[in-house]
This record gives sequence, structure tokens and C-alpha cells, in this order.
Amino acid sequence: MRIHFKTSYAHDIRLFPDRWTLSIYGSLLVLAFALPYLLDEFFLGEVTNVLIWAIAGLGLMLLTGQTGQASLGHAAFLAIGCYANTILIEQGVPFIIAFPLAGILTGLIGVIIAIPVLRLHGIYLAIATIALSVLADDIIVLTEHWSGGVSGKFPEMITIFGFEIERWSMPSRFYYLVLVVTIICTLFYRNLLRSPLGRAFAAVRDSEVSATAMGVHIARTKGKAFGLSCMITGWAGALMGYYAGTFNNETFSLVISITLLMMIVIGGLGSIHGAFFGAVVVAFLPQALSILKDNVVGSGVAIPGLETGVFGMILILFILFEPMGIYGRWLKIRTWFELFPFARKDMFRRQKSYLKTERLR
Amino acid sequence: MSLLEIKNATLKFGGVVAVNDLSFSVEEGEVYAIVGPNGAGKSTAFNLISRFYEPFAGTFTFDGNNLLDREADQVADLGIARTFQNIELFEHATVLQNLLVGRHRHRKTTLLEEMFFTPRVRREEERHREAVEEVIDFLDLQPYRNKMIAGLPYGVRKVVELGRALASKPRLLLLDEPASGLSVEETQDMRWWIDDIRKQMGITVLMVEHDMGLVSGVSDRVLALADGAKLAEGTPAEVQANPAVIEAYLGAGAV
Repeated sequence: MRIHFKTSYAHDIRLFPDRWTLSIYGSLLVLAFALPYLLDEFFLGEVTNVLIWAIAGLGLMLLTGQTGQASLGHAAFLAIGCYANTILIEQGVPFIIAFPLAGILTGLIGVIIAIPVLRLHGIYLAIATIALSVLADDIIVLTEHWSGGVSGKFPEMITIFGFEIERWSMPSRFYYLVLVVTIICTLFYRNLLRSPLGRAFAAVRDSEVSATAMGVHIARTKGKAFGLSCMITGWAGALMGYYAGTFNNETFSLVISITLLMMIVIGGLGSIHGAFFGAVVVAFLPQALSILKDNVVGSGVAIPGLETGVFGMILILFILFEPMGIYGRWLKIRTWFELFPFARKDMFRRQKSYLKTERLR
Repeated sequence: MSLLEIKNATLKFGGVVAVNDLSFSVEEGEVYAIVGPNGAGKSTAFNLISRFYEPFAGTFTFDGNNLLDREADQVADLGIARTFQNIELFEHATVLQNLLVGRHRHRKTTLLEEMFFTPRVRREEERHREAVEEVIDFLDLQPYRNKMIAGLPYGVRKVVELGRALASKPRLLLLDEPASGLSVEETQDMRWWIDDIRKQMGITVLMVEHDMGLVSGVSDRVLALADGAKLAEGTPAEVQANPAVIEAYLGAGAV
């Protein structure tokens, strides 16, 4: 077990608790940057996909894991980000401005939607946000003049100061772009967590009554969480558009919303790691399943609903046996090794929680 | 002028009159206790002060400010902090994070600064941390600093909640049954702390408590409530000797 000897408050504020952790994440970063030289184009594309899902996961994690507000409407915000980015670029706005602007626009729309929607709690909020996913489809069809409707749109090639990036012909450049966005989003997320707003998010999640008593404005804090969450989701949406190469009203469906929520639950709610672990599962599972299916029943046979069935099964198993997700399991394994041989079986057992003042909600 | 002044406060839930024409005032620097049988309206009075409930009638003045002009989340900005009868901590956060939420009303940084974690945010964080460490030292919470609330025993949670309220550096501290569920030793500790909060920190304390030992040990004045109305007010000894109070607790003819 590592002992942190802290001599200054800055030790608790900095990004990494010690040199060891710093070196691990540092080498992870080096590996990430070296990846295009290590992998072939197909796998690099898959890793890019994982990172894009992870960005979307970070977006939803901020809202659901950190602030405790479930949303099944985030596919709509992926769509808003994607269309906003593409339309802005078609209007002649350079990518370097259009891309951040697309996220900010999505965030602002998110705040406007949040004002009425976030008055609802728990399951009612989830149901209300489903409506967003359903609506997004119709709105895209109705605004055909802008969105291209059912026939969809093709994002133009990205140019940053004359430097061209395209997903198919130069996958490593696109990978670097996604990687940089991922790092920026992760840093934003981490910075928020160690500052007053991040703590206000957790306060709203755990007890609205006492958050209010401590001076946290509930509606405003939830609105900020929704806006920031939508902003990050919007960026993920824009990148998804480039990754897919084409998109229409059916690309960002309710299924995507559900997959996103499932992803962060499987990964581990309330942690940055969870978004990444979940993204790995969501991005690789369909591939793994199809390879497995080809080997077991042959490639000629189609099994409809196999993917969704397996996803659902995995989700149920996680909720039953590992509610803290893959990250929770990872923590347990790590603690076991760090404390060896002193780890106890019940160390992570949930303590009973004491009665809460439900009346004051 | 009193620090907190409540005049003719009335609150009804449907046909139930929870608080009936209640008036009392708390002076700066005193410990003021509210006692009364269950359902007397003690916690309701607290929730009125915290602005969780909207009163039917009455005036609420804190240090010259009309409390009724404030929303529930603006009460903290005036310098009123509170604890809850059934502990309301942020369960999935550490003790340190809980205490830091208490500093929320002192935050000065904006969303954008926090996203980029500018040097100013860092300086502010260190300042908050210093204030929180003072509270940790005061309440002997050092062993629990980085523990999750979800794994802490009841007695410690009670202290953490007191600490969170203190971290906001309030002028008035509302304690809703600070000793409920505590052992004899823990109640004794609580008694010293309340004493020190008043004497060392100069914070005025308004508390609801059932433990008469604690009440008579720390409070300057006691208000006895029954059925939402004032029964008696005075020093602990006076209130305990008041026949109306004895009747409300034990029934007529008990003495």
C-alpha cells in the first residue's frame, strides 16, 4: 500500500496524488500518442470509436454520475452537436471555430431544455428525456431544408489552417484530433470535480435539502450540469458524424441514448474511468459478438436482437452483482493487491444508510 | 436589536396547525434551546427559518434582513447554517468534500475559471481548505478526513454534519437535535463543542433538543413549545419548574 505523505494542501488539489500515478497516466498518454504506429488502420478506427464514445460517456457521466439526473435523451444532443457542426462548416465557418461553437450551442440548447425538464425527479425525468430522443428524429425530418432530412448529410473534410483531416483516407490524423478532444474534455471534467461546482453537483445528487441549506441553488446547479453535459455530448456528436461519414434522422436514435446510459452504468457511475471502461465495452462488444457468432453458428446465419439481448443481460448482471461497474471491480482488485495479504472480504460492503428526511424534498 | 426575531409565526398543514402564533427572539452570542414533546412544532420552526416552508403569517427578521424576502438557498448567504434531525450528509463523498460544500457561500470563482482551474481557483481552494482544516481540528475529525460518509458510524456523521455547518462560518447555527442517537460520552463532547462554538467562535446557537441534561448544561434561555404554541420561556431551571411544561410532558396531576 502506498502512503501519501502530504505536506501541503496543494497535494490534495493537484491532478495526480503521487509520482507513481503521474507516471502511469503519463505512459498511458505516450502510448495513446504512439498508437497509430502500433496498430493497423482497422484497429485504429476502432480505438477512435472507443474515444468518441468515451467523450459522449463523459458528457452523460457529468449529468447522471455526478449530479444524479438520469437522461435518456442524450442522443438528441449528439444530433444537435453533429448537425450544428456540419451546418456551421457548410456556412463557411472554419472547423477550429465551428467545432467548439457546436458544443457551446448544444450546451445552450441543453440549458433551455433543462429549465422545465429538471423540475422532474428520477424515473419521471428519464421518461421526459425519452421524449427528446423521439422528438429529435421528427425535428430533423421536418427541418429538411437545413438538415437534409431522411437523405441525410455528409460532413465535409476537416481543415485546420490548411491541414486536412479525413476519417477514411487519413485515420491517424482523425485519431489524433479525437484524442486531443478527449484529453481536453477529461481535463475539463477533472477540473470541475476539484472545484466548488463539482462539489455542488455531488451535493445536489446526494441531498437536495442540505445542499439548499448550504447555499447551493438547486435549479441553477442542475441547469449548469445539464448545459456542461450537453456541451461535451455535442462535441462527441460532431466527431461521431465525421466517424460515420454520413448521418440522417435515424443515426441518433433512442437506442443510442439507452446505450449511452448503459455504458456509464456498466463502466461505473460517477468516475471518469467508468466512462472509458464503458466505452470499451460498448465499442468492442458488437465486434466481439459478431466474431463469436461467425465461429459458433457460421457467418451466414443472422440472429436478430442478439446484440441488444446481450447488452441487456450484461446490464442486469452488473446491477445485480457489481453496481459500481467495471471501475468499482477494478478498485476492489487493486485494493486487494495493495493490501495483500490484509484485504478483507467485506471492505467494500455497503453500509446501511440512515433515515433521510424525505418530507423536505 | 436581537439577531433573530420571529413574530406571530403561523403555519398550517391542511387542518393541522403546526406552528401557532409563535414569537421569540434570539440574542447575539447566546445559546437558545427549543424543547417540547413530539409534534410540538420545533423542527417546523427550524424549517420556517431555513425557508423550506412558507409561513401563513408572521415576520422573520435576521440581523435587520427580512428572511421572507430570501429563497431557501439564500439563507446561507446571510450567515445561517443548520444541521438536520435525520442526518443529511452527501453520502457518496468524503468527509473533506462534505465540509468543503459548507464553504459554498464563500466561493468567488466562476464556471469558466473552474473549468480551466486557473491559479485563482487554486488559491481559493487552498483558502477553503484552510478554513475546513480549522473545523477538522476543532472537532477532532482528523482520522476521517478522506473517508466516505457511507462507511462512517452514526456518531461521527453527526459530528461531520456539525462541521459542515461550522465550515460556512455562520453567525447563527441551527442545530436540530444535535444529541439524538449519541452515546453518553458523545453527548458530553457535543456539550463542550456547543460551549466552545459560542465562546471561542462567537457563533449564536439555536437548537432543538430532547436531552434535558444537554439543554440545561449549555443553553442560556429555553423555549418550551406544545402544539405549536409557546408554553414557557426563561432559564433552563425556570422552564423545567414551570407547571405548564410539566403538564405538557407528563400530563395533569403528575406532580
